Amino acid sequence: MSAIVVRDLHVTLGKAPILRGVDLTVSAGEWVAVIGPNGAGKSTLLRAIGGLLPSSGAVSLLGTPVERLRRRARARTVATVAQSPVVPPGMSVFDYVLLGRTPFVSLLGRESFADLEAVRALLERLDLTGFGDRELDTLSGGERQRAFLARALAQEPSLLLLDEPTSALDIGHQQEVLELVDTLRRDQGLTVLATMHDLSIAGGYADRLVLLAEGRVVAAGTPREVLTEEILSRFYRAKVRVVDGVDGPLVVPVRSVSADWPSGS
Amino acid sequence: MKIPGVRWPWLLGGVLAVLVAAIAGLAFGPVSLPPGGVAVELLDLIPGVNLHSGLSERDAAILLQLRLPRVVLALLAGAMLALAGGCYQGAFRNPLADPYLLGAAAGAGLAVTAVVALRGADLGALPPSVPLAAFAGALIAVALTYLLGVGGRDRSPASLILAGVAVSAFLAAGQTYLMQRNADDIRAIYSWLLGRLATNGWHEVRLLLPYAVVTTVVVLALRRELDVLSVGDDEASGLGLHPQRSRFILIAAASLGTAAAVSVSGLIGFVGIVVPHIVRMLAGGSYRAILPLSMLFGAAFLALADLAGRTFAAPAEIPIGVVTAFVGGPFFVLVLRSAKRVIT
Repeated sequence: MSAIVVRDLHVTLGKAPILRGVDLTVSAGEWVAVIGPNGAGKSTLLRAIGGLLPSSGAVSLLGTPVERLRRRARARTVATVAQSPVVPPGMSVFDYVLLGRTPFVSLLGRESFADLEAVRALLERLDLTGFGDRELDTLSGGERQRAFLARALAQEPSLLLLDEPTSALDIGHQQEVLELVDTLRRDQGLTVLATMHDLSIAGGYADRLVLLAEGRVVAAGTPREVLTEEILSRFYRAKVRVVDGVDGPLVVPVRSVSADWPSGS
Repeated sequence: MKIPGVRWPWLLGGVLAVLVAAIAGLAFGPVSLPPGGVAVELLDLIPGVNLHSGLSERDAAILLQLRLPRVVLALLAGAMLALAGGCYQGAFRNPLADPYLLGAAAGAGLAVTAVVALRGADLGALPPSVPLAAFAGALIAVALTYLLGVGGRDRSPASLILAGVAVSAFLAAGQTYLMQRNADDIRAIYSWLLGRLATNGWHEVRLLLPYAVVTTVVVLALRRELDVLSVGDDEASGLGLHPQRSRFILIAAASLGTAAAVSVSGLIGFVGIVVPHIVRMLAGGSYRAILPLSMLFGAAFLALADLAGRTFAAPAEIPIGVVTAFVGGPFFVLVLRSAKRVIT
């Protein structure tokens, strides 16, 4: 079954049309990366899929239109890690991750023992055991990103939406977080849809890439199909060479296209 | 087992602070009573307990008929103002929010003044409907402040508070106008405006108590949602919450508590900002810990402030609003300076 189906999604914010008829299908267990130049509508697409924007029936999650899901049911289906999540001042990591249990806590109730156990297990799984009592705003970038992930996973979602999950991280922590996401995806059968900035890294982790430009999908397919010099120069206005790497094509910016680099496309 | 949001040591400390403040407030005054005797006399009030405090009949009458209602009123009003402050701070995600700075108190004050001036109600024996009029005034004021302060482009914490200052000034002008039109009541209204905990038997406590209970039940029942709201509306919505609805209920409840406290005790400033901030420094940033602790420490704080107001310049009384402003004003400046760091 398709985990995410988007059919002819239009989103207008204020008067500006952001998405102009996006089609997208993500199969269960797949990792799809949404790439595209700044302002292409990547974050808006993620918000619409997460049910945070009206989408008039264009978005279905696991076969149900996202607007027909009740809020709590939706929160147990899809979890989003925003590009720069709000860090509540003074909140401990444990309490923060516990917020992810919100869709399981009854309206006036409090977390059950099972909820606390779930958080404890997640902290251990994400290598945050010693951080439970630390305040979230004292963590380093990589640790914080793991805490954001832990909160999303506490929702026990089938779909994980990540908006630029590694934009604030150095290359080592980027790899660490993305490897973690990939392992979690395999272990728990998660479906991952992530917007990603770094094209080579996107190609290295995602099964498929979707290139968004000016609110439309202009290219979609395997990394090798999408990451070509011709497509990238057209939609990013970038001078790049694409070379073969171990995990997929590598996109290398160049200052002059005429340089005699080996071409991978 | 660790229960999220429950800080046992601080909870015990809060209860202890309330007890100490209550016994001090009961024991000291124009006539000093032995604190031990006061404590025993209080225990004697518990049904089924029969103790002899050794207080004379006259002292017992001072204790039970004069001081006890006043101390209970101070505890209740302090708990309400501190709870409302903490609740506003969470609902607005603004460390500077407070019943006074948001204009809620001024709105409630204008409504009470209107009832007194236009309907000839006696400030010493307000009818039970007055807190509801004050509630309407507080809600309208907060709504105005919200529209002016959050609706614009500048969403910094200070812009909300500036809007609150403008709304408060506007409402205070209306209040002054009403007072001038009714020169007969001007002294009574003015002394109430400065904040007063003078009591007429248990009348004020009976007036405040039902509203205080409603506010406490609603806010404490929803205190988990304040933590969820702290990650912002988008993420709160993604966690399954209805952020606007939660915020509205919480703000309404905090305004009800504010209105009821203002109805009986006038304008007592800064409790709602000083107490939750100190609690936050002591017990961490979770509203589940902040709110119950704010009630306890707010109650103790106002009972002690009242004691200070009664005793420093005895036999004259310093209005309690003046005492809390003396303490709270400088503290507010500190909060203001650190607010840039606190809010993102």
